[in-house]
Amino acid sequence: MSSALNLSHEPVTKVKHGKIAMWAFLASELMFFSGFFGTFIVLRNTNYEVFKHGAHELAWPLALLNTFILIGSSLTMAMAIYHLERHNNGKFRTYLGLTILGAFGFLIVKYFEYSAKWQHHLFPGQDEHTVFFSFYFLMTGFHAMHVVGGMIPMVYMFFKSYTKSAYPHPSKVETLGLYWHFVDLMWIFIFPALYLIFP
Amino acid sequence: MSTADHAHHHELPWYRKYVFSTDHKVIAKQFMLSSLFFLFVGGAFALFIRWQLAYPGTPIPVIGSILPATWVTEPGSGIITPEFYAQLLTMHGSIMIFFVIIPFAVGMFGNFCIPLMIGTDDMALPRLNMWSFWLVPPAGLIMMAGFFTETGYAAAGWTSYPPLSAMTGLPTFTISGQTLWLISVFLVGFSSIMGAVNYVTTVLNKRAKGMKLFDMPLTVWALFITAIIVTLGTPVLAAGLAMLFMDNFLHTSFFLPDNLVTSSKYFGGGQPVLFQHVFWFYSHPAVYIMILPLMGVVSDVMATFSRKPIYGYKAMVFAIAGIAFLGFIVWGHHMFQSGMNPLLGTTFMLSTIVIAVPSSIKVFNWLGTLWRGNIKFTAAMLNALAFVSMFIIGGLSGVFMASAPVDIYIHDTYFIVAHIHYVLFGGSLFGIFAGIYYWYPKMFGKMLNESWGRKHFYWSFVTFNLTFFPMHILGVGGHMRRIYDPNVYDFLKGLGGVNEFVTISAIALGFSQLVLVFNVLWSLKFGKKAPRNPWRANTLEWAAPAHPGHGNFDTDITVYRGPYEYSVDGRELDYWPQWEEGKSISIHHHTVAVPESNDTRTFGAH
Repeated sequence: MSSALNLSHEPVTKVKHGKIAMWAFLASELMFFSGFFGTFIVLRNTNYEVFKHGAHELAWPLALLNTFILIGSSLTMAMAIYHLERHNNGKFRTYLGLTILGAFGFLIVKYFEYSAKWQHHLFPGQDEHTVFFSFYFLMTGFHAMHVVGGMIPMVYMFFKSYTKSAYPHPSKVETLGLYWHFVDLMWIFIFPALYLIFP
Repeated sequence: MSTADHAHHHELPWYRKYVFSTDHKVIAKQFMLSSLFFLFVGGAFALFIRWQLAYPGTPIPVIGSILPATWVTEPGSGIITPEFYAQLLTMHGSIMIFFVIIPFAVGMFGNFCIPLMIGTDDMALPRLNMWSFWLVPPAGLIMMAGFFTETGYAAAGWTSYPPLSAMTGLPTFTISGQTLWLISVFLVGFSSIMGAVNYVTTVLNKRAKGMKLFDMPLTVWALFITAIIVTLGTPVLAAGLAMLFMDNFLHTSFFLPDNLVTSSKYFGGGQPVLFQHVFWFYSHPAVYIMILPLMGVVSDVMATFSRKPIYGYKAMVFAIAGIAFLGFIVWGHHMFQSGMNPLLGTTFMLSTIVIAVPSSIKVFNWLGTLWRGNIKFTAAMLNALAFVSMFIIGGLSGVFMASAPVDIYIHDTYFIVAHIHYVLFGGSLFGIFAGIYYWYPKMFGKMLNESWGRKHFYWSFVTFNLTFFPMHILGVGGHMRRIYDPNVYDFLKGLGGVNEFVTISAIALGFSQLVLVFNVLWSLKFGKKAPRNPWRANTLEWAAPAHPGHGNFDTDITVYRGPYEYSVDGRELDYWPQWEEGKSISIHHHTVAVPESNDTRTFGAH
């Protein structure tokens, strides 16, 4: 076959493949969490007392701290993209490193929260709180998995930035940024739903 | 694709070419292979079920003696136990839906048709595409591994309703067949989402030069809209499965109500019907995931073999989109008997009946396409015609059960079983056959044997109807859907003959499918070499070489017109490929070719 073909031309929509795919994937993710929120709303209406007690047991100051950490890491992520687009590799690395630290810090705070719950026997399988704490571990657990899922490519890009060619794909960082902002946004919904709204 | 890539591609080791390939055509073939395998596994399970219904208490011939005499068969008799019967039903449904129809319809046709029909070299994200296939075999193995757990396969039906699916009676952290089922379906869902994200991106970004959205063949349109349904629907099922998994494995109680009388300790507060809502929010759109791609395939096959443009091309696109949208707001019609506010029931009933409108538009337009066409009854066309006629029967029985008052009578009877098989086997599977017969030349570079193809079609079509039509009668007679032994009920004793007839037909139907496999394998070896465009069709895949390699096309592709310009006035040939240059004008919605030298203004008088 001839090798002079140019079938893979510029994207028709002028938007990179990765970015469209990420938006589609985020639509999918949104529906995934909607499934949890939908059942959360229904079961909250039928288990008012349980949810009331449960919400009081949660450590909202820790969660608030986590909210700030996550919003901060979203900001540093945006800064990292900004600097990579301007080929400012050093600053890109710094801001990406800060983002990774933020994600890591989020998980550490989460660890303290989880271990406290475990010690106080506030986990599914305990008579009183089981429905509320099922939701607590389900929603924050899946969210934490998304945090870990974001950290893996970040760490890869971080170490790539030390090589001679640096990290050469600003658009991929931007796509990852979209995902990271989504993870942030989901937390902003989960945080009030679980910690702040007392029935 | 650059020169360097091409030079490089010949050095790929064999496992990158045939196993972990990123070429969309290879991935399509992998989907075809795995789906064909599971088609026979699921089919065998169905025959076990049929044997039990026709001859309850009789040992299964031949195979019965080698089945383990634990929970599978009554000790030493070869008669399947009620437990195993429930597992067979569950696995038949789950395998056919998640490992046969969806991978065939979305996996195989999506992968094979989208890049070729929009004139590009591969998917937008080939590596993601590879992963979307390679999640399916492990998922299949995980589901089948249920056989080796203490209690056997999952047994709560393919719908897997709690409390049955949530309460295993086993200690926490014990893996049962049901647990494996949940993991498996979660993985398949993830695979579907990865595929769908890729399809959406490919269709939006990689169309050939000059191809507008409304120049795409209906197959691509249908797959594109299906991909949107998968993107938005499947994650909701995944959320439901995650919660059910926690109930099943960690003993939470999202879906377990208070005051359930059970032997094991559990914590209430949940709602079983809630799972049904979550489940059907995905699984009703999933019904359209399973049939919309085939509606596209059938449209293409029909236009080609009627040598006529699709009647109402845009109406067809909007009908697909309409069905997809309505599919998201009708899930409650599966739950008329689950306990529902009558007002809500009426709402779901009305929105469901409205789906008949876009469906009828499609059927009407298919008939309009056939009308006074120059029809060629090839194997592909016969299967496409079967799709339309069986879809009409399945669609009409669908209107019966959409109506809440009627559904309350026929709910969970064999009438429903007849309906679902008329749309899923009579519809989807015949559509899949049509697609296989139609694209086989492009897939493997060989012509599929027509005579064996027709034999396969006639045998399948006759035995299919003999198997599933009597089920309507069984259903209206009151035959329940998942019972082990119909002879227990006095009012079903008179229907024993019908059950026996259905079973004999089902065995014939099952064995007819061997003809397809034989034909596919035989033609692979001995088939005639396929020309580039054996059906003289218009769409872009026929511009590619007879057996396209990596990169698909050997010429640059520019699209000049829509996909269905058959029998255009003013042309010698009765087809006008999308990639051929040429002028035309439209007179009263009728395309007329204009010779290059002519002044178009002479036609202006019309």
